[in-house]
Amino acid sequence: MVQAIVNDTKKKNTLLRKLLKNKLASIGLVIVAIMAIVAIFAPWIATHPPDEMTVGKSFLAWNTEGHLLGTDNYGRDLFSRLVYGTRISMIVGIAAVLFGAVFGTLLGLVAGYFGGRLDAVIMRTMDGLFAFPFILLAITLMTVLGQGLVNVIVAIGIANIPGFARLVRGQVLSVKEEEFVEVTHSLGATHRRIIFSHILPNCLAPLIVYGTMSTAGAIISEAALSFLGLGVQPPTASWGSILKDGKDFLVLNPQMATFSGVCILVTVLGINLLGDGLRDALDPKMKV
Amino acid sequence: MGSFILKRLINLVPTLLVVGIIVFIITRMIPGDPASVMLGPQASVEDVENLRAELGLDKSLPAQFVSYIADLAQLNLGYSYSYSESVFGLIAERFPNTVILALAALFIAVVIGIPAGIFAARKQNTIVDYVVMLVSLVGVSMPIFWLGIMLVLFFSVNLGWLPATGMGSMDDGLWAFIKHLILPACALATIPMATFARITRSSMLEVISQDYIKTARSKGIKEYLVIGKHAFKNALTPILTVLGMQISNLLGGAVLTETIFSWPGMGRLIVDAIDKRDFVVVQGTVIFIAFIFVLVNLIVDVLYKVVNPKVNLDSDGGKK
Amino acid sequence: MTEHLLNVENLTVEFKSSGSTMKAVNGVNLQLNKKETLGIVGESGSGKSVTATALMRLIPSPPGKITDGHIYFNGRDLLQLSEKDMRNVRGNDMSMIFQDPITSLNPVLTVGNQIVEVIRAHEKISKKDAATKAVEMLKMVGIPEPEKRLKMYPHEFSGGMRQRVMIAIALACNPKLLIADEPTTALDVTVQAQILDLMKKLQQEHDTAIIMITHDLGVVWELCDKVNVMYAGRTVESTTTRQLYDNALHPYTWGLLESQITMGTQEQERLPAIPGSPPDLTMPHSGCHFASRCPLATEICHHTAPELVEVQSNHFVACHLQSKEQIVERKEGIFNAAK
Repeated sequence: MVQAIVNDTKKKNTLLRKLLKNKLASIGLVIVAIMAIVAIFAPWIATHPPDEMTVGKSFLAWNTEGHLLGTDNYGRDLFSRLVYGTRISMIVGIAAVLFGAVFGTLLGLVAGYFGGRLDAVIMRTMDGLFAFPFILLAITLMTVLGQGLVNVIVAIGIANIPGFARLVRGQVLSVKEEEFVEVTHSLGATHRRIIFSHILPNCLAPLIVYGTMSTAGAIISEAALSFLGLGVQPPTASWGSILKDGKDFLVLNPQMATFSGVCILVTVLGINLLGDGLRDALDPKMKV
Repeated sequence: MGSFILKRLINLVPTLLVVGIIVFIITRMIPGDPASVMLGPQASVEDVENLRAELGLDKSLPAQFVSYIADLAQLNLGYSYSYSESVFGLIAERFPNTVILALAALFIAVVIGIPAGIFAARKQNTIVDYVVMLVSLVGVSMPIFWLGIMLVLFFSVNLGWLPATGMGSMDDGLWAFIKHLILPACALATIPMATFARITRSSMLEVISQDYIKTARSKGIKEYLVIGKHAFKNALTPILTVLGMQISNLLGGAVLTETIFSWPGMGRLIVDAIDKRDFVVVQGTVIFIAFIFVLVNLIVDVLYKVVNPKVNLDSDGGKK
Repeated sequence: MTEHLLNVENLTVEFKSSGSTMKAVNGVNLQLNKKETLGIVGESGSGKSVTATALMRLIPSPPGKITDGHIYFNGRDLLQLSEKDMRNVRGNDMSMIFQDPITSLNPVLTVGNQIVEVIRAHEKISKKDAATKAVEMLKMVGIPEPEKRLKMYPHEFSGGMRQRVMIAIALACNPKLLIADEPTTALDVTVQAQILDLMKKLQQEHDTAIIMITHDLGVVWELCDKVNVMYAGRTVESTTTRQLYDNALHPYTWGLLESQITMGTQEQERLPAIPGSPPDLTMPHSGCHFASRCPLATEICHHTAPELVEVQSNHFVACHLQSKEQIVERKEGIFNAAK
C-alpha cells in the first residue's frame, strides 16, 4: 500500500517534470494556475462588488475614479466583473466536463465491456447526439432548460457525453483484447472489479488529455451561450455576458468587448497549451 | 462504389431516427405548456387550446411521437405561427445563405490552413514552424464570436473598409457580395483553418519520414512532386477525418457568426426563433442541421475511398 | 590508371542530435568499376546504410550532413552538384532499392504511376509511351500480366512481387549504378534467392554496376566481386570476395564469418554472435573501435587507432595485426596463457 502511494507520487512527479520541460506546456500551466487563483480569491482581488451599479458613472474610461478598466453601461466596475467572470468560466468548465466525463465514461465502459445489443443501443444514441454540432446541442438544451448556472453546466455536460463515451469505449475494446483481463476473469473476478481495477486505470491517460481539451471547449461554449443570452442569469458576471453587453457599445466603450474576449482567449489558450503538453507526455499517439 | 453508397445510406436510417428521438425528447422537456409559452401571457385560453390541438399536444405522448416521425419522413417540419410560414419554407429561404458562408469559410480554411501545415512540417523546428504552430494554437483557442466583434471594430468601425453586417446582393455586383462575405467568412474560418494547419503538420511529419518518401526522392523527381503527390496524398486521410468534424464546427459556428454579422442564414433563424419562443422552428432547424451533418459525413466517407485505396468498402466502419 | 565508375574518397557523414554529434560514416573510401558488384558488409549501425544513402545524397538534413569527402561518379563529384543536377542523377544514372518493399512503395499510388513517374522524370516521353515502357519493365522483372498489374496498388502485391516492382522502378532508366540496401532481408528465404537471381541476370543484361549493402555474407559470396567490411562507420577490411573468403584478416571479419558458419547462411535476422555491441559513436574515442569486443586485442589497440593499410595487393585491413602469422602467434599466446 505504502509502496503503491510512493509509486503514485513518483509517477506524478515525472509527469510534472515532463510538463515543465515543455516550455509551452509550462506557460499553459502558469495561465491555468493564475486563472484558478483569480477564481478562488475573486472577492479579495476584485476592487468593487461586481453587481454594484452607480447611476451617472456608466462608461467611465479606464483608470478613472478607482475603476481600473472603467465601467460598463450600468456603471459597474469592469475589472471586478471580469474577475468574477473567471469564477463562472472555471466552474462551468470543470463541472460540465466532469458531468460529461462521469456519464460518458460509464456509458462507454458499459457499452465496450458488455458489447452486444446494449453496446449497439448506447452507441447509436451517442452517434445521434454527435450529429448535432456541439454548440447547437447546447443551445437547444438551454432553450428548453432556461437560463441559469446549473442549466448551463447540464447542457454543456450533456453535449460532452458522446465524446467521452466514444473515447472510453474505444479504450475498453483495446484493453479487453489484452490477456490479463481474460485471466482475471477466469480467476473469478467480478465485472465491477475488472472494470474498476483493470480497465478504468488504462483509460485514465487519454481521459485526462481529452478532459483537459474539453474544458477549453466548455469554457468557450459557456461564453457563447451567455453571449447569445442563453447562459447564466443576469446580472451574474460572465465573460460571455460582458461581451454581449459590450457588443452594443463598441464605440462608447470598446474595452468591455475587448477585455472579456481576451480573458476567454487567454484562458482557453492556456488550457489548450496544457492539454497539448499532457498529450505529448501521456499519450503521444493521440491526434489533435 | 454505388453499392457502398447505398449501404451507407441505409445505415443512416437508424442514426436519423435516433436524431429524431433526441429532438423529440428535448422538446418535450420544455417546462410548462409550449403552446402558452409560444403565445405569450396575453393569449386567451381558447387560442392556447387551439394551438395545442394544432401542435398535437393534446394527444398522448406515443401518439405525438408517431405523428412526429411520420411528418419527418415526409419532410414536414411543421408550421411557424410567428413567421406565418412553413418551417421547411423558412429553411429553404435561409439555408443557401448558410451554405455560402460555410463554403466560403471552408475555402479559406483549406486554402490557408493546409499549405501552412505543409510548410511548417517541411520547416520543422525552424522559426517558421514555431510561428505557424503558435498562430494555429491561438486560432483553435479563439472564441469566434469575439473575433467577429473585433473584426467589426477594426475593419468596419475604425477603418471603414468593410460593411459590418448584412449580406450583399449579387444584383449590386460581385464585389458588393464578396465585401459582405469577407468578415463573417474569416471569423468562421478561424478554427477550421487552425485545426487543418495542426493536423496537416503532424500528419505530414509522420508521412515524410516514411520509406516511400525516400524512394520517391531516390527517383530524382522534383521536390514539389515528392511533397505534393507522394507525401500529401498519404497525409490526406487524417485531414479528411478532421474535415468531417469541422463541418460540424462550421454549422455550429454559423449560429454565432450569423448573429454577429446579421447574416440571414439558418443560425440567425434559430437565434431569432429562440427569442420568439417559437419551438417549432427551433426543433425543425436543429433537426435539419443534424440531417445535413450526417449526410456530409457520408460524403466524407466516400472521399476516404477515393483517397485511400486500402479502405475496405465492404466493412461497414469505413473510417477505422 | 583507368577511371573508376565510382570513386568515393574520405566520405564522412555526421548526425547531430541535441548537442551531441555522431560520426555515422568516418572517412570511407570506395572504388567501383563498370559492371562490378561491391558488397558492403557490417552489423546494423555500422554505417553501411548511411554510406549508401550518402551516395545518393539522400541523408535527411537536419540532422544529418555529409561533412567531408568526395563522391566521384562518372568523373563528376556528386557533392559539388546543384540539387537540380543531382536530381538528374538520381533514378537515372544511379538508383536505389531498399530493404522493405512493403513500406518502400507508396500505398496510395498505382504501381504503374510509380514506374511511369521515374521514366518521365528523366526522359521526354509521352504518358502513353512511358506506360508501354513500364509494362516492359514489369515483364522484365518477371511479373505476370503486366498490363493488368500496372493499374493495381502496392497492397495487392506480395512482398517478393513488390521488390520486383522496386527493381523495375530502379532499372527503368537503365542506370549505371544500382545501390541495393539489404534488398532481400525482409523477404522469405525462397523469394530471396529469386530476387538475387533476378538481380544477377539483369546486371548481366544491362551491364549495371551494383553496390550490395548486406549483413549476409552468403549474399556476398553469391553476387559480389569485392567486399568492404564496415565497423563503427569505418572500413575495417576491403578486398576481393575470393581473398576475403580464403584469407580474411580482421578479427571482426572473422566474427562475421564464424557467425555465418554457426548460424548457417539461411539466417535472416541481425548478425551475430560476436559478443558485445557496437560502440556509442557520439563519444570521442581513441584506439580501435572494435577493441572492446576483440578477442585478440592488445594494449596498443585500446589507445591507438589502426590505419587502413594495404597488407597485400588489393587487400586493405585496419588492424594492428596485419598478417596471418601475427594473428596465429597472438592466438597461440592467448591459448597458452589460458593453459
